[in-house]
Amino acid sequence: MQLRVQSLSHYYGPLEILSDINFTIGEGEIVCVIGPSGCGKSTLLRMLGGLEQPTSGQILEVGRPPEGSLNPLTYVFQDFALLPWRTVHGNISLVLEGHGLDKADIDARIADVLERTRLSDFVNAIPKQLSGGMKQRVAIARALAVDPAVLLMDEPLSALDSQTRELLMADLIGLWTRERFAACYITHNLNEAVRLGHHVVVLSRRPGKIREIVQIDIPLEDRDMSDPKMAKLQQDLWNMMREEALDADRELTT
Amino acid sequence: MSATDFDSTTSSAGQADTETRPVPFRGGGFKPIDIRFVGLGVFVVLIAFWEWGSRSGFISSLVLPAPSEAFEAFMDLARSGDLGRHLAASLRRLVIGFVCGTTLGLIVGMLIGLNSIARAGLAPLVSAIFPIPKIALLPLFIIWFGIGEGSKVATILFGSFFPTVIATYSGIDGVDRTLIRMGQSFGLGRMAIIRKIVFPATLPAILSGMRISASISIILLVAAEMIGAEYGIGAYVLLAGNLMSTDQLIAGVAMLSILGLIVNFLISRAEKYLLSWRS
Repeated sequence: MQLRVQSLSHYYGPLEILSDINFTIGEGEIVCVIGPSGCGKSTLLRMLGGLEQPTSGQILEVGRPPEGSLNPLTYVFQDFALLPWRTVHGNISLVLEGHGLDKADIDARIADVLERTRLSDFVNAIPKQLSGGMKQRVAIARALAVDPAVLLMDEPLSALDSQTRELLMADLIGLWTRERFAACYITHNLNEAVRLGHHVVVLSRRPGKIREIVQIDIPLEDRDMSDPKMAKLQQDLWNMMREEALDADRELTT
Repeated sequence: MSATDFDSTTSSAGQADTETRPVPFRGGGFKPIDIRFVGLGVFVVLIAFWEWGSRSGFISSLVLPAPSEAFEAFMDLARSGDLGRHLAASLRRLVIGFVCGTTLGLIVGMLIGLNSIARAGLAPLVSAIFPIPKIALLPLFIIWFGIGEGSKVATILFGSFFPTVIATYSGIDGVDRTLIRMGQSFGLGRMAIIRKIVFPATLPAILSGMRISASISIILLVAAEMIGAEYGIGAYVLLAGNLMSTDQLIAGVAMLSILGLIVNFLISRAEKYLLSWRS
């Protein structure tokens, strides 16, 4: 299944937030969306999964979601959004309940997804016992448990410290090379975009417009930041965003 | 150049002032430390002093009876068999009133928290009635529900209803929106979100509301029992007051204090058990 954004615009009252956005998330493809703060990245992501409605334009699902997908468009949130009163097992079973699966099936799915994300030892832990990195791993496991067609990731690594971020990024790359999931990955971190994106959509400052869509042809598993090509890519993206970021920084919030 | 500069300044400083001292500690304090048995000690000392004062005549027994006399009055009450009757009557009123008030409060609070029409209609009404001391309504309740059990239970019910409503809906307002959005994003139905996300997240607020409504209930229990009750701790205290038997009065008041402590303890246990997930 592909996800296509078609001439999407959005207003908050008279204020234009997003203007004429067009792009497609292909199957097994990670599209990173970067832009300065306040450019409407998160709003865009909420619209992609149907949590908010655009003022005009539309978002289309192209093709059928994979067989057995319980929730084709599935989010991974910046602040994990785990229920603190449920164990890791309970947090994942939350999203499997109500789909008519029997208990054995739910348990099997949870065991499988924890195996895939290497969390099997933490089944009975509750969120307050887990580090930030582990919480986000659980949130990713929860997202994978419903067999999504497209993962919608809202700055999933931004709440983590830089070492944990590095570890989790390697995990994500490993996961993608095994499972080839499709994702829209919102971030303000250029390094993450360059390392995870097959396409990088660069948004301008308010109203968010597409400034450029950069295609990166190097396979994910071969991307190495010591490669001058990668460094140049990141530098190019930064040059594109620098002015905007500077302006965004100096702007008074309304 | 800069390196030698750095060296020379340290060495000259070393020569000029060789005095060394540890950095004085300025932190600490302002954080309560758990000290056990001090509270108990204060109790024991106070009661011992009181007992000594009464026996030595320093405290007139007319003004304040000795703790031993109050205890003796309590034992008399227990021996006569009236203790059970008083306690049973009070507890029945308290439990029925509190349970009904809290349950109704939860339902109405949930309604206000989850439904905008209910909020617009009921929230101002609740805010208007909440500050009225329910004791002031007692005469009205007696006319409506009779001088017997009805008016007493109704007073406690009303007293515990409003704090629960307010605690519940402000608890719902405070539920982390990202958790609700998470539920929606995974396609959970409205009932599932209420049952599995909103309600557990509101539980801390509900329990702290319960703490308040429980102590209000005890106050109202005594007040209600002071009008037209044959049995009940409030009636016992009132009768003791009328007869000037201060030893019985103290015994009754002590029972109320213990009742309050027990209720508080039970709620603390419930919090510990139900909210162990809180960090």
